Amino acid sequence: MSLRYDAIVLGAGIVGAACALELARGGLRVAVVERDAVGSGATAAGMGHIVAMDDSPAQFALTSYSQTLWAALAAELPPAVEYQRCGTIWVAADDDEMAEVQRKLLFYAARGIAAEVLDAQALADAEPNLKRPLAGGLLVTADAVLYPPTAAGYLLQEAKKLNAVLMLGRTVIEAGDGRVKLDHGSTLHSPIIINATGALAPDLMPGLAVRKRKGHLIITDRYPGYLRHQLVELGYLKSAHASTADSVAFNVQPRMTGQLLIGSSRQFDAEERGVDRAIVSRMIDRACDYMPGLASLSAIRVWSGFRAATPDKLPLIGPTDDPTLFLATGHEGLGITTSLATAKLLADQLLNREPAIPFGPYLPSRLASGQVTQSSPAMDAVHA
Amino acid sequence: MPDSIQMFVDGAPITVSSACTVASAIAIAGRNCRTSVSGEPRGPLCGMGICFECRAMVNGKQHTRTCLILCEPAMEVVTT
Amino acid sequence: MSPGYDTLVVGSGPAGMAAAVSAAETGARVGLIDDNPRAGGQIWRASDKPGPQHGLASTWRSRLFSSSVTLLQGWSVFDQPVAKTLRAERQGLTSDFSYENLVLATGARERFLPFPGWTLPNVMGVGAMQAMVKGGLPVKGKRTVLAGSGPLLLAIAASLKAAGARVLCVCEQAGVSQLLPFAASLAMTPGKILEGLLYKASTWTVPYHAGSWIVEAVGDTQLRSVTLSIRGKKRQVDCDYLACAFHLVPNIELPAMLGCAIDNGAVAIDEFQKTSQPNIYCAGEPTGIGGVELSLVEGQIAGLAAAGQDAQARRLFAARTKLRRFSGRLAQAFALRPELKSLPRQDTILCRCEDVPFGAVSEHSSWRSAKLHTRCGMGPCQGRICGAATEFLLGWNADSTRPPVFPALVSSLMKSAHGDRATRYDTTTVT
Repeated sequence: MSLRYDAIVLGAGIVGAACALELARGGLRVAVVERDAVGSGATAAGMGHIVAMDDSPAQFALTSYSQTLWAALAAELPPAVEYQRCGTIWVAADDDEMAEVQRKLLFYAARGIAAEVLDAQALADAEPNLKRPLAGGLLVTADAVLYPPTAAGYLLQEAKKLNAVLMLGRTVIEAGDGRVKLDHGSTLHSPIIINATGALAPDLMPGLAVRKRKGHLIITDRYPGYLRHQLVELGYLKSAHASTADSVAFNVQPRMTGQLLIGSSRQFDAEERGVDRAIVSRMIDRACDYMPGLASLSAIRVWSGFRAATPDKLPLIGPTDDPTLFLATGHEGLGITTSLATAKLLADQLLNREPAIPFGPYLPSRLASGQVTQSSPAMDAVHA
Repeated sequence: MPDSIQMFVDGAPITVSSACTVASAIAIAGRNCRTSVSGEPRGPLCGMGICFECRAMVNGKQHTRTCLILCEPAMEVVTT
Repeated sequence: MSPGYDTLVVGSGPAGMAAAVSAAETGARVGLIDDNPRAGGQIWRASDKPGPQHGLASTWRSRLFSSSVTLLQGWSVFDQPVAKTLRAERQGLTSDFSYENLVLATGARERFLPFPGWTLPNVMGVGAMQAMVKGGLPVKGKRTVLAGSGPLLLAIAASLKAAGARVLCVCEQAGVSQLLPFAASLAMTPGKILEGLLYKASTWTVPYHAGSWIVEAVGDTQLRSVTLSIRGKKRQVDCDYLACAFHLVPNIELPAMLGCAIDNGAVAIDEFQKTSQPNIYCAGEPTGIGGVELSLVEGQIAGLAAAGQDAQARRLFAARTKLRRFSGRLAQAFALRPELKSLPRQDTILCRCEDVPFGAVSEHSSWRSAKLHTRCGMGPCQGRICGAATEFLLGWNADSTRPPVFPALVSSLMKSAHGDRATRYDTTTVT
């Protein structure tokens, strides 16, 4: 096994996998180093919701660009990836939230994203298991869902066809200065090292502005037809939560198996692994407020995971002070959605290609310059 | 002599003893408990509530482990 | 919410019964929880009629029913919402049970190994077949083959025969040379098992084949026949039932979820059956497969220790030591032969909940990877059946300790704050 590569990707989650494939397509000899299994971190823990998010122009640009990339890939994705364009319905509980629905509609319409306002009856028809009455909602048909670990697996499989090398069960001790030191003693060399280790990124780069944001999900047994779209509440508008407090939001997803994923929760400073029953309880309470029948479904498993959160809710895609070290992390709850665009933008920077969207807003250097602005706290609690 | 109970499996009435589990009642009725995700017929495997192969709908409740439930009068069992 | 117990025992098989009775007889307030409709666990289902276990089982049953133990049958424990409290579900209702001391006597389950046709209806476990018969399955005149491994094969064969089944043969995968030392050693064990076997030996006419195993089960909507490898030769046998399992695997999921240290697939305990968690004891098969007598002794030790009666518990240590030697011999006698690893074909289903074939799973290098990428272990059995199989077939460590320990209603996962909020939602409606 060679120890020299054109690029080494640290982490075989969905972001790392996407980067590996994009660089392999660019003709680079790529190695991917992963300490556990493919997609075993946040990729396994989160909801695979592919969503165009409107909380800031930069967020929208990245998510919608990536969403179109997924749509273009859809036909090739194997059945195990469970990609389905089921759409999202943003659920409005009252008139204030219906006003937000109108605002979103205009925002999306101006940018070519197809969306449709649903009144109370249309919402009930679209999702009979929602409680009544609710005010209505916004249906975004381009949104999709998939099963992230197999999506990461597919991307890596394609990368391997282009001679990328996958090293599983290897922990990285140190990375930088063109060297990646592994736990069993060997050192890999590359002029391009990409830290795609998600919430663990600061372990290799102390001081990196990425914090763990804990989330929980519940998966139920199979109830085919119970839920048809990804449902997300707009209720955060009423919430008094600051963007850094513990919060829960109604967010449920239908899987192709007929199982339901029930979320979502967000916590900072909750770094222990393991299920936090108090916040799961709040999460269920919130979910049952919108969909009372969830209470009597059979739950097979509850689990937690860590999103990689940055101060301004945008990911870190690009170079660091070390000319050999690059970042592709900090995706918070949008890693699945933006993995493909992240890979494109990073590869564009590395290979000097013209990017489809400006990559300035995602450059790691923006945080050092003090130019960070807070995104709307509104979207914070929403997406899983 | 154990009491006998009348109940329904997939709409058909059967009579079993009160000490009978629903899983056994399903077998007595000549049915299989469930169909697997790829379409195979399935029946109880472990007999003790661990394998979930004996699942059926009992009185409207889906995914019930029938080997753990004793039959009751007028119980409605629906296999999949 | 029930008032607290001094000692709460989970599992009403021999170990649990013994623990509950021992603790209650010291005056402690004791609750005994079990998810089956009746007390007795798995091994004592056979015991209503005269037979090897009858004496022991009825003795302990009498002691249990005449004790002050609160019997909580039909409750499935799935979580620990707060310290010193277990949450359990029973047909849509959820309740919390609080305790000062906890004895986990969660027993064992049968080990299933996949082979072509093992998913056919009327192919089931060995103890499972007994449980089904006890639960009303009519077997009179039904042609039954038993296969797999372990002392249960003989015991259940005898029991099925007594119930009127036509037991065609018993196939034990362990070879004669492996079994003989064990059979000889039974003479050294103060066991009712030996008495029972001798009791049956004189009337035994069922062919018992050592060094023999199942190769394939064949049928369409149900089992029709099996192919057996009998001392190296293939033989096809038409039959109605195949009872097949390969000895036992400890049920360590609840102990593991509660944070008890696990050592080599069994719960680690000290001389008083205490686990690594404060106030939590473990007795019986989860501490290592060892049979009924050992379970009874361990259960008594745990119950007495939980009730603070260390001196009384100590008096049972010698009996436990002797019985543990027996359990060591048990493990040696019924060790699984490597030929069993080649039983499944690539397309033989390994994970029955999700219908994942063996070939798909064996491409992966770890349980976690296989789970994430093939869905193996993601079904409601939470990997209990396929996990034990992959441990043998592929050498993986198939752990699964996240709550709920058994599937539970979504509402049951809520933390009860003031009153029982879990009942705010009507969990009995049709979904």
